[in-house]
Formats: sequence, C-alpha cells, structure tokens
Amino acid sequence: MGAYEQVQAARLPQRPDALQYIRAMVSDFVELYGDRRFADDAALVAGLGYLNDTCVTVLALEKGEDNLDRLRRNFGSAQPEGYRKALWHLRQAEKFRRPVLCLIDTAGAACGIGAEERGQGQAIAEMLHEMMGLRVPVLSLIIGEGGSGGALALAVANRVWMLDGAVYSVLSPEGAASIIWKDAGKVRQASEALKLTAHDMLALGVVEGLIPEEDGFDATAAAVKRKFELALARYAGMSGEGILRERYRRFRKLGEGSP
Amino acid sequence: MISKDLFRRPNLPLETLGREGDKAAVPEVSCPGCKRRLPVDELAANLYICPRCRQYHKMSARARIAMVLDEGSFEELDEALVSRDPLRFPDYRHKLEEAGKASGEREAVVTGLGRVEGMRCGFFVMEPGFMMGSMGAAVGEKITRLFERALRERLPVLGYTLSGGARVQEGILSLMQMAKVSGAVRAHSDAGLFYLAVLCDPTTGGVAASFAMQADIILAEPGALIGFAGPRVIEQTTRQTLPEGFQRAEFQLAHGFVGRLSPRESQRALVGLLLRMHTGGAA
Repeated sequence: MGAYEQVQAARLPQRPDALQYIRAMVSDFVELYGDRRFADDAALVAGLGYLNDTCVTVLALEKGEDNLDRLRRNFGSAQPEGYRKALWHLRQAEKFRRPVLCLIDTAGAACGIGAEERGQGQAIAEMLHEMMGLRVPVLSLIIGEGGSGGALALAVANRVWMLDGAVYSVLSPEGAASIIWKDAGKVRQASEALKLTAHDMLALGVVEGLIPEEDGFDATAAAVKRKFELALARYAGMSGEGILRERYRRFRKLGEGSP
Repeated sequence: MISKDLFRRPNLPLETLGREGDKAAVPEVSCPGCKRRLPVDELAANLYICPRCRQYHKMSARARIAMVLDEGSFEELDEALVSRDPLRFPDYRHKLEEAGKASGEREAVVTGLGRVEGMRCGFFVMEPGFMMGSMGAAVGEKITRLFERALRERLPVLGYTLSGGARVQEGILSLMQMAKVSGAVRAHSDAGLFYLAVLCDPTTGGVAASFAMQADIILAEPGALIGFAGPRVIEQTTRQTLPEGFQRAEFQLAHGFVGRLSPRESQRALVGLLLRMHTGGAA
C-alpha cells in the first residue's frame, strides 16, 4: 500500500474512533465539558476514568461516530476552546497527580475566522508549554490521523505510540502538494515525500512503537491498554522531576541538525 | 558598523522587488503599500519603513541586529548549524542553496548573545530571505540551544519571530521542533528568566503556535500578519471573505493576543526598558 492509500485508509469513517477506545479501556469514564472561558468543544473530549486501578485524565480528539455526530464535532478539528478545555484538565492532572492519556485523531486544528479570532495559535502554544512542564506522565496514541499542530498539542508526551494504520504529518498531503508543487493534484507524490506513515515515524524515531490492528478492534484495544498499563507501572516509581526530564530529552534529540 | 549593515541591500521578498528588473544604477523596490518605487538606500535609512505610506518592509536578520543590539555586541552562536535534508525531500537541497544565496545566511534564524542598552541577553532573529523564516530541524535546534545557553547563563531572551511556519520539506521533524523549542522555553521560564518576543510580518503556522506565543511579553510590529492558519488557507477552507485587517497585529491587539504594538522608531528603547524592568536594573 502506498503512502497516499494509507492516508486515505487512516481517514475512513469506519475506523474505530477515540470514544470506542476509551470505552474499551477506561472504566467509570466521566466526561467533563467546557473550557470555563468561552464554550464547550465536542471535537476534544476530556474526562476522568480508571485504567484498572489508576485514576487517569483522558483527552481525546474525537471525529464522531455517525454523520450527525461528526458534524457536531467538526470532524475532530478542535477550536481554541477545545485546547483550552484540555489545558484546564492538564492543570487538574498535575494538581491531583493523575497520569494523562491522550488519543489523537484529527486532520488538524480548526481553521476559520472564529478560530483565529479566539487565538488558535496561542491555544496550541500554551498546550505545548504546559505539557513540557508536567510532572505527571503523559502517554499518547495516534489512532487515525495525526494532523499537524492540532495533533501535536496532545502528543507532547513521555511515550507516543501509533496504530500501524495511522499517519502523522506536519501538514496534510493536500496542503503540501499545493504549497510545494503548486498543484493539488500532486497529492500522491506529496504523501510519499512527507514520510508520514506509522512505519516512517518509527524509523525517524518520532514514536516509540506501533500497535498492529490486523486482529480487529478488541485485540487492538487490549494491546493498547497493555501498553498504557506497563508504562504507568514504570512511571509509578519515577519522580516528577524525572518524568519531566525524560519528556524534555525525548523531544530534545529530535532533529539535532549538524554539526 | 551600524551604518554598513543598515545600508546593505536588504533581503526583500520577491513581491517587493521591482517587476521590470533592477537595471537602474540605484536599486529600487516597489512598495506594497503605496505601489510607488523607492530607492533601497532611502528605505534602509528609514528603518525599512516606506517614507511615503509608512508600510513596513521586511528586514533582514542582520539589519535587525544593527537596529536593536548595541554596536559590536553581537556574538553569533551555532552559525554552522544547517539543515540535513533528513527526508531526502525532492528539490529541497536545491532550495536550501538558493535560499542561502538569496539571503547570505546559512539558515532561517540567526542566534547569539548581545546587549541592548548595555543589558546582556540571548538573541534570535528570523530571516525572511531564507525560505521566509520557515522552521526545520536546524532552526529548532539553534533556538533550543539559545534558550539552554541563556538558562545556563541566567540571561533573558529577546526573540524576533518571522516565519511562515514549519518547513514542509522536513516533514514531521519540523513539527517536532515546536515541541522541542517549547521545552527549552518552558525550562527557561521556570528558572524565572524573562523572554520577550517581537512578532514580525509574518508570524504564522507552527511558529505562531509555539514560541512566538509563549513569551512573557509579546510585542508586534504594526501591520504584521500573525495567525495560525494563513489567510489564503482560511479563505479556501471556509469560502468566506476575510474582513479587512484580518490577522494583522492591530487585530491581534484588539483580540487580546499581543501585549503592545511596537513601531520601529521606538522599538529599541521599548525593548531596552522591558529588559531593564526584568533584570533588576534601576530606571
């Protein structure tokens, strides 16, 4: 399968969405709405639940379960208020020493007049700044599309995994085609050049591991849950400073340039 | 030194270059504001502000160093750090070469240590002539190292942002620079150190969504385009006509995302004052 076919497959609406993974892995999930500043944004789901016996904060970019739901959730493209809701929950997680689990599935942050008026850039920038200061572990999983800064806002984590059918990119292949080749038709070429498949991410050292999906949703969700469990057990014995330092180093080594 | 750098031919973006070619003995540019032609020297002598319509023209990194830092105080860091084409992206090496020739710089940011009115600071300034300041791994690395150095030496950082965003040709590694630089900014901030950003035209995409918007105080030059998505992308996506002045510095000021506009004539004094207010110096 070529890179563009993988992009198309990662976008299929029949792929399991974030809420399905949350239901499969997290018990007693309590969704909490609103950013306490402006609105609630259904593209970004936030809440609390248990991963086995550990209380966790869950943040997810949710594309929606059917057509109506997808519209309501802006197809998983969050507005600034979505990121500000996540910001509030990150601060709560830090206060109550709760690990943070993030599920990512978005073509990118919402793009529009309103998003700009309310500071989309500032909202994402604040997310990155906040996550780089957290002393609780953050674990992220890209389940479908990992589109640009809107996805990165939930992926400044100690560990980032991808489902093997997911993609992760600095911008959409459509955007790259029009920026680099000035030709929207060059999307296939752009998909290849961007190196955006899960296997590319592993080779570039951008993610820690891939989770196969070939055995169906239940097996995949169980494998994801196992990854989270093992990681949480490891971080339980680590100091907050150590967790923060590990996250810093994880990103510090990406793209060191030369010499 | 100031005059030499200020009067050097600026690295102007293509749209401001004369359309009939620069055959005249005195190089001229066409002002995007008033559409009139004006000699480059005249523009440079006026801080790259059009004397007729006050349109702000882009300034090269070196011209800004000359404008803001004390004469002879700049000590450049990591000047040999350049991009490595990690993805072997089609035509990228050629683009890098062209950008190098067009700008006289090796990368899209210049970093170093310098002084403003005697106060020492870490300093970075992005270069419009080098792929419009786009951020790849080398840009991210240089800015990260600058914040780390400033942290070690307990210095404030003064940064001039000017960037179309992440550099597409370095793919996901460009995106990762947003997180990497954010980590260094955060560590610098947690040590109680001051970071002052001056947002220049344009500051968009991955730079707007990371270190440009993370400063303790954010200044913006009048008229600068500042935003996450570019205006053309928004128009194409939403099929809406954008209001006049959309995403300009004045718009960002009105919406609360910029602390203050900073005209060039008084910028050095304002930057100096703000640095003094954060480094314990007396008025």
